[in-house]
Parts: sequence; structure tokens; C-alpha cells
Amino acid sequence: MSATIEFVIDGKEIQGQPGQTILEAAQQAGVYIPRLCYMKGLVPHGSCRVCTVLVNGRPQSACTQPVAPGMVVENNTEKVTALRRNIVEMLFVEGNHFCMFCEKSGNCELQALAYRLGIAAPKYPYLFPTRDIDMSHPDVFIDRNRCILCGRCVRASRDVDGKHVFDFVGRGPHKRVAVNAEVRLADTNLDVRDKAAEACPVGAIMKKRVGYAVPIGQRLYDHKPIGSEIENGKK
Amino acid sequence: MAKPKVATTSLAGCFGCHMSLLDIDDRILKLVELVDFDKSPVDDIKEFTGRCAVGLIEGGCCNEENVKVLRDFRAHCDILISVGDCAIMGGIPAMRNGIPLQECYAEAYLKGPTVHNPSGRIPNDPELPLLLNRVYPCHEVVKIDYHLPGCPPPADTLWEALVALLSDKPVQLPYELVKYD
Repeated sequence: MSATIEFVIDGKEIQGQPGQTILEAAQQAGVYIPRLCYMKGLVPHGSCRVCTVLVNGRPQSACTQPVAPGMVVENNTEKVTALRRNIVEMLFVEGNHFCMFCEKSGNCELQALAYRLGIAAPKYPYLFPTRDIDMSHPDVFIDRNRCILCGRCVRASRDVDGKHVFDFVGRGPHKRVAVNAEVRLADTNLDVRDKAAEACPVGAIMKKRVGYAVPIGQRLYDHKPIGSEIENGKK
Repeated sequence: MAKPKVATTSLAGCFGCHMSLLDIDDRILKLVELVDFDKSPVDDIKEFTGRCAVGLIEGGCCNEENVKVLRDFRAHCDILISVGDCAIMGGIPAMRNGIPLQECYAEAYLKGPTVHNPSGRIPNDPELPLLLNRVYPCHEVVKIDYHLPGCPPPADTLWEALVALLSDKPVQLPYELVKYD
């Protein structure tokens, strides 16, 4: 199983291993494919569509699509970037994302993607949905205003923690992350040390009593766009 | 040749973005060489005196007066810029968008912890602009040409964008100058 699979991303020859996804093989070769619902160590979900690439002209999610010999992948092109920008803009207008007072600001993957994609303002009208906040748990809170339904908490709790604290309920605009209890997060067996408590890419599931721990100017995405560490070969 | 004119206003904002504009420090002297200020809280000119090259809008639209002023700016300015998160997405005032208007009024005039209102009436003076059903980002009311996000946008962001526009160059801000907080 050590045979390499050769394919091309934006004209660059990439060598992947059998069983790897496009996203993993690209990352190994120092090519960053933007992503949100993908997290190392979790089963890929393919739901946010931010990692969409064109494989031989067809849109595929890079985090779930296995590499195949000779495939021609479009990643960092105007067409694909425009598509990703639209997806991220929709995520911004579908929730209530108040970056100015969010503890996650500066370390938020959604915000960082918007920076990287050059979004100054979404072109879609803001929906200002009514969402709830669950502060019941002593160490962790859920602010559903910020939730983008990536499912990272769902998968982390189910597959890593073995607890199944979170899951999706409802459909379409009513879809939300529910907890495995009658109503409150406090009535689940979630522990602050669980993987699920730190899997959130945005500020929806946060640890209490952390607040604005890192000063502005020293946060993850203050100076370098998200993905720079991959492009610079540090990951 | 007469200097191009710049107008500014604060709608449903906190004047933080205007503070950030003043935060360009001694570059404000260069700015005064580059432009004249028209209608703006900076010089306290209340009505437009003529056509303006650039209009800077701080804050979103929370009442009918905001909408009137914003439309007036659109009519008088060649380039209109949403400055700051309130102008771009409603900002802190938009946190009321999920709350019914009656409840907002009750909190402000009847039930709020610091309210002293023995008459128990909600003011209804023609001088008071009517609240809109929710707070609107500026680009949902009029056409906006540029957006400078931030809470507030850094002084350097405002400076770089203004200088680029006034010298007919494309507004291309470095990564570190476009932030949402």
C-alpha cells in the first residue's frame, strides 16, 4: 500500500497516498484548502462545503473525496474562491456574529476565513435569527447565535469522547445543535476537558472563565491569514 | 483647483469610528491639506454645502432620521463608505433585532432598572424620530461603495483608504488592516 498516487492541484504535481483525501494530500504537500467542518482527528463530514474543489471540473468536498491517479483539481482559482466566499458570507448572515465582543474573535476560524477570502461585508441581507444561549453548565456555555452547524462538537463527543453529548435536531433553518438531556447542557455528562469542549471553530461552545485571554495583536489570525502555517510547511 | 470635500456622520453608532478617524494623529494636518470637511460632527456643519467626493457613514439605521440622513449622504456624495461594524452589520444596536419593539420601548421608558418615569407613558413627541422595526445595515438602505470593517476600524485603515480614494488609486488594504473587531 505504499504506491503513491499522482495528481495535480492548480498545476502543481502532488503525490498522495492511497486512502488519503484530497485535503490531506494537499496539506502534506503544503497546499492549503480552506475548511471549516474538517478537524484533524475527526471523521470528515463534508457538510460546510468550504473545502469544495473542482475535480476534473466537478465540485467535490476535498475533506471527503479520496485521491485518485491523474485527477486535475482546481483549488485556488477565481471561480472556486468566489464559491467559498459566498458560502462564508451566507454563514455570516444566517447567524448573529457580533465579532466586536466575541471572546473567540482573532482565534475564530469563520472570521479568519472571511479575512483570507477578503470579505469586507456580506452581499446577502442579514437574517438576525432568534437563537438561544445555554449557560447552565458550570464550565462550558453554548451560544447558538454563533453556531454554524459544522458538527465538530457532535463528532468529537461521539467519536473521541464516547459520550454523544451533542447532536443535530430539526431541518433547514430550524436545524440546531441539541444536547443529550431534556433541556440543559448542565444535565449532560460533558466535562470541560472533553474534546467536544474545544472542537468549536467559532465562539458557539466556549469554556467559561477564559474570556479575552490573549491580547489583540497576539491572537492566531491577527497577522497571518489562516492556512499560512500549512503553506509555510509548518504542519 | 478646489479641494475635494469629505462629509461624515454618525447614525446608530457610538462615535468610536469618528474617534478612530481623529486617531490618525498629526496626519490630520495632512488630511486638512488634502480635503475640506463639509457636513460633519468634526466641524459641526449641519447641512451639506455642496457636492462631496467622499462620505463616511458610521452606524447603521435604527430610526427614520438615520434613513433620512443616509439618503441625504447618498444624494450628495460621489463615494459612500460604511465605516465600522455598526454601519456594515448593525453592530451592538442590532442586538435588539430579535426583541419586539414594544419590549424595547418598555425597557427604555418603563421597566429599565434606572428609569424614573412616574407618568408611566412612552414619549411620543414629533421631535423624537420613530424607531424602525429593526436596525438595518447601511447597504440594505442605500448603495454603499466601500466597507471598512472594525470596531472601530484602525486609524491606519481609515487613513490608507481615504488617501487611496482621494488620489484615484485602488483601495487595497494589507491583511492586518481589515479586521472585524
